[in-house]
Amino acid sequence: MFDYAPAPENPDIARVKQHYQPFINGEFTDGGGEPLKTLNPATGEVLAEVSTVSSSDVDNAVSAAREAFERVWSPMPGTERAKYVFRLARLIQERARELAVLESLDNGKPIKESRDTDIPTAAAHFFYHAGWADKLGYAGLGRDPKPLGVAGQVIPWNFPLLMLAWKIAPALATGNTVVLKPAETTPLTALVFAEICQQAELPPGVVNIVPGGGDVGQTLVSHPGVDKVAFTGSTEVGKQIQRQLAGSRTRLTLELGGKAANIVFDDAAIDQAIEGIVNGIFFNQGHVCCAGSRLLVRESVVDEVLTKLRARVETLRIGDPLDKNTDIGAINSAEQLAKIRELVASGEGEGASRWTSPCPVPERGFFFAPTVFSDVESSMRIAREEIFGPVLSVQTFRTLDEAVTMANTTPYGLSAGVWTEKGSRILWLTSRLRAGVVWANTFNRFDPAAPFGGYKESGFGREGGRSGLAAYLQGDDDD
Amino acid sequence: MPVVLADATRDESSLRRFLRGLPGVDQVGVEQRAAGLATRSVKQDAKRWAIDTAIGMVDLTTLEGADTAGSVRALCAKAVRPDPQRPDTPHVAAVCVYPDLAATAVEALAGTGVAVASVATAFPSGRSSRSVKLADTALAVDSGATEVDMVIDRGAFLEGRYGDVYDEIVAVKALCAAAQNTVHLKVILETGELATYDNVRRASWLALLAGGDVIKTSTGKISPAATLPVAHVMLQAVRDFHEATGEPRGVKVAGGIRTTKDAIRYLVAVKEVAGERWLTPSLFRFGASSLLNDLLLQRRAKQDGHYSSPVYLPE
Repeated sequence: MFDYAPAPENPDIARVKQHYQPFINGEFTDGGGEPLKTLNPATGEVLAEVSTVSSSDVDNAVSAAREAFERVWSPMPGTERAKYVFRLARLIQERARELAVLESLDNGKPIKESRDTDIPTAAAHFFYHAGWADKLGYAGLGRDPKPLGVAGQVIPWNFPLLMLAWKIAPALATGNTVVLKPAETTPLTALVFAEICQQAELPPGVVNIVPGGGDVGQTLVSHPGVDKVAFTGSTEVGKQIQRQLAGSRTRLTLELGGKAANIVFDDAAIDQAIEGIVNGIFFNQGHVCCAGSRLLVRESVVDEVLTKLRARVETLRIGDPLDKNTDIGAINSAEQLAKIRELVASGEGEGASRWTSPCPVPERGFFFAPTVFSDVESSMRIAREEIFGPVLSVQTFRTLDEAVTMANTTPYGLSAGVWTEKGSRILWLTSRLRAGVVWANTFNRFDPAAPFGGYKESGFGREGGRSGLAAYLQGDDDD
Repeated sequence: MPVVLADATRDESSLRRFLRGLPGVDQVGVEQRAAGLATRSVKQDAKRWAIDTAIGMVDLTTLEGADTAGSVRALCAKAVRPDPQRPDTPHVAAVCVYPDLAATAVEALAGTGVAVASVATAFPSGRSSRSVKLADTALAVDSGATEVDMVIDRGAFLEGRYGDVYDEIVAVKALCAAAQNTVHLKVILETGELATYDNVRRASWLALLAGGDVIKTSTGKISPAATLPVAHVMLQAVRDFHEATGEPRGVKVAGGIRTTKDAIRYLVAVKEVAGERWLTPSLFRFGASSLLNDLLLQRRAKQDGHYSSPVYLPE
């Protein structure tokens, strides 16, 4: 019948090097840390070796950033800074294909997502913030808002280049300089971005990339030369950072975990709601902090929704991330795969009904077939803990109030989704759902103009939009 | 038919309640999904299979005031042997003509396996009396056409007179059922005039409930004709109808589909929205004229490893 032939993107486009180096003060040099090997999660094979930094390298990076901040970057007129940021945006577009293939190789995400979402959205963030660089006086943050200084930024492995863009674009546009630590398992696109900084002739020290593990992140965020820390990652590490910075003058924004409720009403456009549910939890293998991992369905339509959902999920194609027809790629690491398996086993142990797509799963590499749990109770671990994988829990509700209570019964508060054709209900719910983002009749849509961030244990501070600028500028209440 | 659906057609108000009670279609969502699925990459053997399958699903169409018996005969010859130099090329599904030329096509296609489809019911506008529309259908059926492509009364549908539209389809269907041959009824919704995807879904269900064997997007006479999101909504309707009744019904997309790339995108939608079982000429058709030559050129290119000139293909 109509079986799609393999349509793989050519891995050579990524121009993977055997060895990558940290980028400090405008130059690539080997760091003093133990080199790490980054794997291709689709095969489990080593992709490249990356030199990591020691704490003295972090010192150097922070002082380079300080020097660049004081001498070049913050005195520079906004109109000039804008030119550099625009240049970065255009270079990301020019090298989009290379970056997309490299991202898929290093992270395991399907090429259609790195090609159509990650890289274009990363470029969009640079374009958007470049436009702000000379208009900061009109952002509603004071007549002439001042940058903070050196930003220490630590990003996760789920959207490596996109998270870099979320961090670096607003920092640069507002006149800050940065030291950024990419995730241990996905450092490559950040180091290609460092090449792009060279290509753009960005002044040395404005952007520094320091690959390494958690210890490097720890050194960076607690470094006395850092004025601002921005972290995206787990709630556990976020709490540690906040404890560490308590009482210091270092400004902090955190974007942490989530356990979003995706609420489907009986009057929803069912076929599109199914698409939204699938996109909400299976996009990027479910490695999304704002993933719609808890599906709340009005009890009168749960059978219809589950039947259609299973039929739809069966059409998802799991496999080679470089194949253009792959919908679900590889789990980023063996460690993450083990965590997903452990939580899924706990779901079965606690009595939820498991359904897993019968799609063929590659034998090599780290893969997990899309899984849906029904008969889930709020007390179960799969309903409370962030799984960060392609696993959905389904619960039912009867009344609106019940839906709100269920949605808010979580320590997290990053995002939520509402599916109904009734506009008034959407507005009523958005004011009651304790979540930083509420998507109505869509899910996982990102735009640089829309602020993103959490409530409760999902963190604080916003990225994107005008509110995102505030995280990198001194407000009127700062002295 | 299950009780719910049998009840739906009991009277005008039941029908209205049923159609108004269908789940809505979110415009942004369906367009996003259609665009997403259109990025599927179909290559090598999959492409070869898709091209041959698409050729076998073409309703080769000529619906011009200037049509002559001669031009219809030429079209029939092409339908049977689309690429005379490559005898392994499959024939198309049907030739689609106006009812007065149906007899000519029936004669030319006798014994070839290619069906004759005739438009009817005051195609393309549907603006005439019921008796004229039925006489038009009778002409097609009596001429030996085994497929009738009728148009719905869009005016009545948009005014909310669902019962009138339903009765008309039922009456046409009765004529088809009374014919000597088995006559398949395709119901043209003319989605370009229906204004919303919600209406496309309602019209689809209305046509299916009234006994249409195939629901068809467009006459090809107005723009927009077939689009991918509309096809998605109609494929969902036949899928859901099959789920509810066990009866497989078909979809025909017509108008504006000119390239192999377009056709393959529709086949991908058929596979992933309705299911693989719909990938057969009895359940999916392309209403087209110029599409066929592009499919043939691509078929040659796959066989030869390079493109050939269109001069080798009959018009």
